[in-house]
Amino acid sequence: MRTMRWGRLLVAAVPATFIGYFFLYPVARILALGLSELGVGSDGVQARLFQIGWFTMWQAVLSTVLTMLVAAPMTWAVAQYDFRGRRLATALVTVPFVLPTVVVGSAFVALGWRDSVGAILAAHVFFNVAVVVRTVGALWSRLDPNLHDAGRVLGASEWKVFRTITLPLLRPAIAAAGAIVFLFTFTSFGVVLILGGFRYATLEVEIYRQAVTLFDLPLAAALAVVQLVGVTGALYAYSRYQERHTATWALRSEKDRPRPTGGARLLVGASVVGTLTALAIPIAVLVARSLQPGSYRALIRDDPVVGVPLASAGNSLIYAVLASLIAVTIGVMAAAVITGGKGRLSNWFDLTLMLPLGTSAVTIGFGFIVALDRPVDLRASFWLVPIAHALVAVPFVVRTTVPTLRSIPAEIREAARVLGASPLRVWREIDLPIMGRAALVGSGFAFVVSLGEFGATSFVARPNTATLPVMIFRLLSRPGAGSFAMAMALAVILAGMTAAIVLWIDRAQFGEIGAF
Amino acid sequence: MRKTLTAIAFLLIAGACGQEEAELPDRLRLIAHDSFAGSVNEETFAAFTEDTGIEVEMIAAGDAGSMVNQAALSAGNPLADVMFGVDDTFLSRALDEDIFIEHRSELLDDVVAGLRPETRMVTPIDFGDVCLNYDKAWFEESQIAVPDDLDLFRDPAYATLLTVEHPATSSPGLAFLLATIERFGEDGWQQFWGDLRLGGVNVVPNWDTAYYGDFTRYGGPSPIVVSYASSPPAEVVFASEPIEEAPTGVIEAGCYRQVEYAGILAGTDYPESAGDLIDFMLSVGFQETIPLTWFVFPANRDAELPDVFAENTTVPGQPTRFTPETIAEKRDAWIDEWVAIMEG
Repeated sequence: MRTMRWGRLLVAAVPATFIGYFFLYPVARILALGLSELGVGSDGVQARLFQIGWFTMWQAVLSTVLTMLVAAPMTWAVAQYDFRGRRLATALVTVPFVLPTVVVGSAFVALGWRDSVGAILAAHVFFNVAVVVRTVGALWSRLDPNLHDAGRVLGASEWKVFRTITLPLLRPAIAAAGAIVFLFTFTSFGVVLILGGFRYATLEVEIYRQAVTLFDLPLAAALAVVQLVGVTGALYAYSRYQERHTATWALRSEKDRPRPTGGARLLVGASVVGTLTALAIPIAVLVARSLQPGSYRALIRDDPVVGVPLASAGNSLIYAVLASLIAVTIGVMAAAVITGGKGRLSNWFDLTLMLPLGTSAVTIGFGFIVALDRPVDLRASFWLVPIAHALVAVPFVVRTTVPTLRSIPAEIREAARVLGASPLRVWREIDLPIMGRAALVGSGFAFVVSLGEFGATSFVARPNTATLPVMIFRLLSRPGAGSFAMAMALAVILAGMTAAIVLWIDRAQFGEIGAF
Repeated sequence: MRKTLTAIAFLLIAGACGQEEAELPDRLRLIAHDSFAGSVNEETFAAFTEDTGIEVEMIAAGDAGSMVNQAALSAGNPLADVMFGVDDTFLSRALDEDIFIEHRSELLDDVVAGLRPETRMVTPIDFGDVCLNYDKAWFEESQIAVPDDLDLFRDPAYATLLTVEHPATSSPGLAFLLATIERFGEDGWQQFWGDLRLGGVNVVPNWDTAYYGDFTRYGGPSPIVVSYASSPPAEVVFASEPIEEAPTGVIEAGCYRQVEYAGILAGTDYPESAGDLIDFMLSVGFQETIPLTWFVFPANRDAELPDVFAENTTVPGQPTRFTPETIAEKRDAWIDEWVAIMEG
């Protein structure tokens, strides 16, 4: 018994040290530094704080709800039916998620969608539809159809079955997807700046403005605290919700999905084609603008200023491999701790791991500077980039593996233990094989998160290695028709790489559990 | 025991020696904003390494604002030995935080008139002029005269042709605001912007939205945008198909000059070598690579401009400049006032 407890502590120590040293400690240091100089704000400042906090909150809630609604038809179609191109469709839906905001922003501007809350919300939906389709879809496709059929036989309408049986069973996945979309939109930066037309500022935008442009570190720290409180509150609500609504049920294998017939066929077709078309409009703008003579060929030539632009794809891949290795190691250990323990502590541990998703990039970047000089000076180190990416990616690995681990019936583990297996062996022989695929899927999403990450790393002092999004940004910030077409072409390549990687991961998950 | 004492004595002596700059370092770390760092390659500092045996390691630090912040947060225990790319907008903040130590380059006498700062903490390396750019084809077709004075924009016929960046979110946007304050005076610029607003000027958050979104050259509605004096030559160099002449031109009225400086970071172990690196950056050889690499102008007046610059742009004779102190003191109030005029 004693060895088991020590073993668990050891497993818990690794993710706890990671999140503690690379997130909690730097954030605490920078906030303490800022707040120590803070005077009591005047009324005007407080009113503005309230106004910004309020806008941040309601636009995030509205973005989350809209994303759910827009994603619903497509989620239903890919979860319930098997059809030609289904896997391609779920891969394509992921593409917007990784595109840099500058690029999407410029496409929205070209379409005339800007200077309004509507444009901000539309962009948030565009970026996040994938989160819902993939998280909720994965669970939905594995619900036992007998429950549905039983309801129907007993005389309930299709709508009533959905409302009283399917929807309650889907709640954990809906809440998880909602939490992630909420955190992403709560900390929205580029979208609000480019499409909001100045009238709107989120806490993230204001933190940047106060800290970087106006050098008001104390006020920025106060704003960062407000942001953290909001995020923690939302995560707490999410966790309470999960506690109350998690039911254990039998999951079926994904294989026996029917092909749609009759009316369903039309609905499936309309849902998938409709969603993909809507998402494709901004991407079509990028493709059209990239099609200048020689723009793709220029990507492999040595540009006198930025070098070979496509070389940045190699850098991105290296960072993405490292980031997903870190994220999977930390995430899988964390998931084992979270599902192994019950009660408050493991709950809070789970929430803490989600926090980096909802923390401003400025806070994390500046936190690194003040905190990571001892014992080893890690500031400006190569490793900070994959670590920063991993901080954002760990929640995806955790959200993927925890539900799967929870679905393993306790009797199986107990049986193994009765037969004399050590805890480690139980984990290796039972948990790991079942969770393996889920972890692979989680690592795939970690990979994609790293590939598209731009915000968090732009505040980290780092070696001069350009990733794809950084290279796109560089090309976009110099004049010339060639530069512009190259930036767009590189964005198209990023989109293509993403689709290919996701498609490859989805093949690996065939017949197994996996959200994302 | 004796062995230990000897060892301690040895360490103390070694420590004492370390404080003098006895040996040359193998490498120096240079921190710069992303747009400089991104254009550095093996050849950039090859001549320096050849002369001194010292490698230069680049560290990228985001935009100029976040770089100065990072330096302030790590004052005394710096991330690098030399910082490059702090400009007039952020200089007084950098000086307030005591992040630099003094250096006097012997090449300072060769610097273009007006660029030398009052402080010895930093050395000017380059300058860039923020200027109005116009679309040549559009003006040719419409038969409208290219405006040659900011005052003309009070006329709605011209105001409606113009796209500017927001001074709170964009550095060229702030530069253009400063140019108008200089031109119309501290009591007159408000009226000018009021006229611009009535005339229908277009305000956007950042340079790429202005240039690639709203400039007629890229399919937008405005034939005049706030950009840089170096943008027309960049149009030639970075064209998708080779062109002879820039499709855009510079309006000389209303240009604002930004100077970028380099400084030795306090706390470096190698102040002398760091000074040598700054001198290298101000030498003619390095300075002549500046225009075509970073699209700004060399601070050393002996450096010659490449042909594509000579043919497609002008270095404004009397650009506006404010001292870093004035900017630090008044910038926030000016921006607030501007916001009240434009959005109130």
